[in-house]
Amino acid sequence: MTMGVVIASHVDKIAEGVYQLIKESAPDVSITYAGGTDDGDVGSSYELIEAAINNNEADELYCFYDLGSAKMTLDMVSDMSDKPITIFDAAFIEGAYTASVLIQGGYKKEEIDAQLAPLKIK
Amino acid sequence: MELTGDKAKAWLLNFEAKIQEHKAYLSDLDQAIGDGDHGSNMARGTEAVKVNLEKIAEPETAEVLKQAAMALISKVGGASGPLYGSAFMQMAKTAKETTDIHELIEAGLEGIKHRGKADVGDKTMVDTWAPVVEALAKDALTNEAITQAVDATKPLKAKKGRASYVGERSIGALDPGAVSSGYLFTALVEEVLQ
Repeated sequence: MTMGVVIASHVDKIAEGVYQLIKESAPDVSITYAGGTDDGDVGSSYELIEAAINNNEADELYCFYDLGSAKMTLDMVSDMSDKPITIFDAAFIEGAYTASVLIQGGYKKEEIDAQLAPLKIK
Repeated sequence: MELTGDKAKAWLLNFEAKIQEHKAYLSDLDQAIGDGDHGSNMARGTEAVKVNLEKIAEPETAEVLKQAAMALISKVGGASGPLYGSAFMQMAKTAKETTDIHELIEAGLEGIKHRGKADVGDKTMVDTWAPVVEALAKDALTNEAITQAVDATKPLKAKKGRASYVGERSIGALDPGAVSSGYLFTALVEEVLQ
């Protein structure tokens, strides 16, 4: 079962920037991202987050978000999706980075979850 | 009291009109303790609700509520999208079993609590919805009861949502989601209960 990472932010450039940062250290991990509203404004888009989840090639997804409405939108998409999805209340960049590099390193789910636990801030 | 399809449609179209009318006020309230987009987000969302509802020639309660949910989920763009969306989705599901207004609004409140993990006293829309559900149980929902619930969010300190980041500064301000929910229920009183 492959693991992937989904990044959801209120701003398209933040999502893209976090992706760029992480991809450098985890080139082989399927990482997808969604930022901002459908119109490119600040906010969350159900459609963009749904696309980020659907377009991720991994079987199981670790999702990271910046603020509340991105989480709630992830929650809604997760309810409608068949993929196993875990939404982490971790520090956004540190959490997404940690998960990605550990997946890249071939670590098991239990080990990744243990590393993410102390990063929980929300 | 029953929520028929026609009444449900009239209720939500009235809500849309109230949101458009108070759009600037809602954003001003949000600017004080959040990100200042509640009015424009709700205006965009309810406009999409209106577009969806106007396509329904013979309204049926569950379908009206579902169309409202879909529009709000996809168009609001802020936290109120998933929150109002989950409320209407739960109401649409419940409407397949019963169209009793008290039971429907109670299901909506459960949808909001499930999605936002907020409870009474957290200074959120739950602080409007919960007293409204109680009033509906006693067949006693009035505009005064709604205003009282909304105004009671003023002295609270926000524990959920963007306003929770400003801490003590949220005290003394009305919660924008509680205010927009107030319009939803004033519209309900006008179109359905009176």
